[in-house]
Amino acid sequence: MLTVRVIPCLDVAGGRVVKGTRFVDLVDAGDPAELAGRYAAEGADEIVFLDISAAPEGRTTLRDVVERTARRAFVPLTVGGGVRTTAEMRDVLRAGADKVSLNTAAVATPDLVRRCARRFGSQAVVVAIDARRRATTPGHPEEPFAWEVVVKGGREATGLDAVTWAEQVVELGAGELLVTSIDRDGTQEGFDTALLRAIADRVPVPLVASGGAAGPADFVAAVVVGHASAVLAASIFHHRLHSIAAVKAAMAAAGIPVRPVPEVPS
Amino acid sequence: MTRIAVVDYGAGNLVSIDEALRAAGAEVVLAHGEADLAGVDALVVPGVGAARPAMERLRRRGLVEPIRCWIAADRPFLGICLGMQLLFDGSDEDGARTLGVLAGRTVRLVDAPRLPHIGWNAVHRRREHPLFAGVAPDAPFYFVHSYAPVPTGPASAEVALALTEHGSEFVSAVASRNLTGVQFHPERSGRDGLVVLANFVSLAAPVAS
Repeated sequence: MLTVRVIPCLDVAGGRVVKGTRFVDLVDAGDPAELAGRYAAEGADEIVFLDISAAPEGRTTLRDVVERTARRAFVPLTVGGGVRTTAEMRDVLRAGADKVSLNTAAVATPDLVRRCARRFGSQAVVVAIDARRRATTPGHPEEPFAWEVVVKGGREATGLDAVTWAEQVVELGAGELLVTSIDRDGTQEGFDTALLRAIADRVPVPLVASGGAAGPADFVAAVVVGHASAVLAASIFHHRLHSIAAVKAAMAAAGIPVRPVPEVPS
Repeated sequence: MTRIAVVDYGAGNLVSIDEALRAAGAEVVLAHGEADLAGVDALVVPGVGAARPAMERLRRRGLVEPIRCWIAADRPFLGICLGMQLLFDGSDEDGARTLGVLAGRTVRLVDAPRLPHIGWNAVHRRREHPLFAGVAPDAPFYFVHSYAPVPTGPASAEVALALTEHGSEFVSAVASRNLTGVQFHPERSGRDGLVVLANFVSLAAPVAS
């Protein structure tokens, strides 16, 4: 039976992991390759690597860091941030990514999703959707609330309905969705399970839940209530508030299939 | 040292397989054409994506016949993901005709709760094989695909080395003499994946003369 993935997320800027580095208890964080290797040894099922600076002049640096990370972690690596063309996607895959996550560029040019899927296969194309709650859905009064797609780290609204957008990118060839609640991101109030479920129940592809995880119970809710196929978090792992093993133990206790963590971290 | 050629036909991430085979003690050669196969002990065909563009790229690089000859000569071979699917007659994904060294077709997974099938799933061996030596029965490996081959013909039961369930069961590993193939990604499957690759490197080791 397919297990539910637990995924640490590395937010990288200028080649360094930035989320949480201001916390003193995070002695060995900072280098993405090192962190990825550690998480893989602790039982991470996949690593997501988001280049949040994504400056055009930083592309070459990013590829170097992706390659170092890929060589350290014998688990799958998804890389996102700043990929705008099929050629850039090819370069990131060749640097060692297994999947590439498209976000702002997909909103700007939806056809990019189709072209990337046709060239590299749907299984390599993740579309990241950052969503913010809004009060009503025009034309859908039966819905209690809805979500709008936002880009540029939540600074820019797009007017797109998140569920409609999700259906559209899957139609175009996205093989996986990484859905982040901008309202919950960084708040540790738990995942927006209504958002997750609204999308997961409307698309046939796996959904990765992101934004707001505070503790093991949140991960369980993302799967049981939100129907997520995978759960992602950054700060709670970086700050060592909860281990991957603890999250998986809670999921297993709730009857969710998980891959056992290695008995002896290598 | 065992020399292993990894066929490079523009099919994505080769960094992981390169690193994993090196970790398993092999010397890795990236093969862009037939000339790169000289003096190697084993051939690995990785790959993700669709069958037709993959076959076109193999053809353009003059690698289709060398790969067929390699397998016909019963030399050590490992196909990974798309690299395993290409061994069969054809693919329903885009109607492509593939290498045809094993009887059967690559078809879309049936009754799958979600596709693509992405994540770690148990690989149930139907018989023992040295490729899986030292790996616990039903150990999980990492998959990312929507299609899998269905072996046919008199040898099909023997060819299907392992099964995995996602909705219904599909063939997740094949073996026939020195030919092996896996639908999962051993290079992305942690310790057990490295064990499988190390086993392949051992199987491919040149006989001391």
